[in-house]
Amino acid sequence: MLEIRDLHATVADKPILKGLNLTVNPGEVHAIMGPNGSGKSTLANVLAGRDNYEITGGEALFEGKSLADMEPEERAQAGLFLAFQYPVEIPGVSNMEFLKAALESVRGAQGKEEWDSVTLLRQARAACKQVNLDASFLKRGVNEGFSGGEKKRNEIMQMLLMEPKLALLDETDSGLDIDALQVVAKGVNSLRSPERGIVLVTHYQRLLDYIVPDFVHVLSNGQIIKSGGKELALELEQKGYGWLTGEEESA
Amino acid sequence: MSQAELDKLIRSNYEAGFTTTVDTETLPPGLSEDVIRFLSDKKGEPDWMLQWRLDSYRKWQEMPSPTWAHLHHPPIDFNEVSYYSKPKSLDDAPKSLDEVDPELLATYEKLGIPLHEQEMLAGVAVDVVFDSSSVFTTFKEKLAEAGVIFCSISEAIKNHPELVKKYLGSVVPQGDNFYAALNSAVFSDGSFVYIPKGVRCPMELSTYFRINEANTGQFERTLIIADEGSYVSYLEGCTAPQRDENQLHAAVVELVALPGAEIKYSTVQNWYPGDEEGKGGIYNFVTKRGVAHDNSKISWTQVETGSAITWKYPSVILRGDNSIGEFYSVALTRHMQQADTGTKMIHLGKNTKSTIISKGISAARSQNSYRGLVRISPRAENARNFTQCDSLLLGDQCGAHTFPYIESKNPTATIEHEATTSKVSDDQMFLCRQRGIDPEKAVSMIVNGFCKEVFKELPMEFAVEAGKLLEVSLEGAVG
Repeated sequence: MLEIRDLHATVADKPILKGLNLTVNPGEVHAIMGPNGSGKSTLANVLAGRDNYEITGGEALFEGKSLADMEPEERAQAGLFLAFQYPVEIPGVSNMEFLKAALESVRGAQGKEEWDSVTLLRQARAACKQVNLDASFLKRGVNEGFSGGEKKRNEIMQMLLMEPKLALLDETDSGLDIDALQVVAKGVNSLRSPERGIVLVTHYQRLLDYIVPDFVHVLSNGQIIKSGGKELALELEQKGYGWLTGEEESA
Repeated sequence: MSQAELDKLIRSNYEAGFTTTVDTETLPPGLSEDVIRFLSDKKGEPDWMLQWRLDSYRKWQEMPSPTWAHLHHPPIDFNEVSYYSKPKSLDDAPKSLDEVDPELLATYEKLGIPLHEQEMLAGVAVDVVFDSSSVFTTFKEKLAEAGVIFCSISEAIKNHPELVKKYLGSVVPQGDNFYAALNSAVFSDGSFVYIPKGVRCPMELSTYFRINEANTGQFERTLIIADEGSYVSYLEGCTAPQRDENQLHAAVVELVALPGAEIKYSTVQNWYPGDEEGKGGIYNFVTKRGVAHDNSKISWTQVETGSAITWKYPSVILRGDNSIGEFYSVALTRHMQQADTGTKMIHLGKNTKSTIISKGISAARSQNSYRGLVRISPRAENARNFTQCDSLLLGDQCGAHTFPYIESKNPTATIEHEATTSKVSDDQMFLCRQRGIDPEKAVSMIVNGFCKEVFKELPMEFAVEAGKLLEVSLEGAVG
């Protein structure tokens, strides 16, 4: 469903991705690991279409369509979801209002049945429960005054409701204590299905104890330099990234 | 999001910009004592009213126009303005809606105020002012049962002269300021409300103002008196057709809250703002002020999205002990609009309390200023004020300015002032778009969220209207 070939991309005109190849099929969970500055988050943001993140060469196809030709909202409507590393606050716009607008647009675009407000509220409450968020969070402004952990769980809550085809999680584990990490992992695992692709961008192996990936890739200097199964993550944990990149860096 | 995209979003057409073809009787432009005599005579006013007008006119002639506001416009030639325009068919005041010119009714229906429906829905009583004349006040009978007087100011001058004489100019004196003096001399029509002692007005009262004729000034005058222990909620809406020339609007609103009374005054102002290049639009110079006596409360809520120029400071004089003043404002400027708006809270009584929440949104090449005065007099023991001014910028060519003035002459006062300026951030836009929300909807959602504290002060139906109005003002696709 996701086909990335020789992808080159710049952030504010600075080259970050330099010929990246990756294929994600439905039902697969991929972990993208790598040292800081290797381009992990850039990859997630390029795929979602953030401003100033530009594809300068190669291609990224989502279900056969070039992502470069799609606006960010069109990518979302097509079923691509990004869980943000730093979820931003939108004061005064309630979570519920936000979800309503998002779901109307995405479900509408995908030809899914429209949820009336009763259904929406029921689904949203269930999703909150799944990530241990009190239902009162639905009434609060989007991420407004949320703690770091609450923001991350709010992202997963949204993901559960949006039922994306391809979920990109950008360092969702950063800043989480072990309890919150387990909650988040449980949420992500519940979304694992034969139709869905999941890409986890992470610096640490820790998350992968709870969400066991099918494939692990190591990103360095804008390219994937090694791919393997879940055991590669453990090897990285022991040896650090320096082992692969030839630099003095340890995880 | 790029500047170009943002620009596209905030460029939209003015939905109320149509004109109505009605036979009118319009005075040629120009102002003199003769014009005032003519106008007063046309309205069949008593001599005391004419003298009051002439007195105001003489005061006005001595006054310079104010230059202190953060506004730039060519000098206004007051002799190019027509001071009287009235649809001919109103000559014999209508006794029922059936007698009102169908063209006029159609205009109001276009604006979303179907009088017939209003009548049936029985919730809001509406007075409609078209150019200079009051068209009709619905629900008169039902209000009369409660002892409430709700009519045009012209009728009040004839039928309730004792109230008008006592209170007209009692809050905003004739010579208060340049535009108030002009209004006092030439005011054409407006609304009058009296709520008797202890009466809770059984419905929301509402006035819609519309300027239709070209080169016509609108000078309405509103006077609301809430007698002891009474309550009234009053709504005001404004529109004007799209014209290349600037049109002048100089209104005066006076509120009197007698001991224990409460007045809630809400405005949705959507005068034509002019086009992208700043051509046309209403010059809106308005004086709004209320006097709050012991234990009374006056609350102003305004949503200002229109006018090329807005000069407006709804104020409360907290004369009585324990009185409360509130000001909630959303001012949105786009194109080349300029707004200089805010409030004055004058604390005279003991234990007086005021709250100011101001939300300014600037887009395109507009300039949006908050100007507010909080004054605590020496005898205002334990006065409290809380002020919050937030500005939101859309794009990088607009301006947001805050001019707070605080004068405290009593050491027991507590005054708090908070101010923020923010932009609709790229991150917020990206979050919305990544969730499938299109940019237009995203901007309007973010702006609405920013205004929430003020919108929740509006009566329900107005809050919905205000939200929609912002959406339309921010929309690129319409038209």
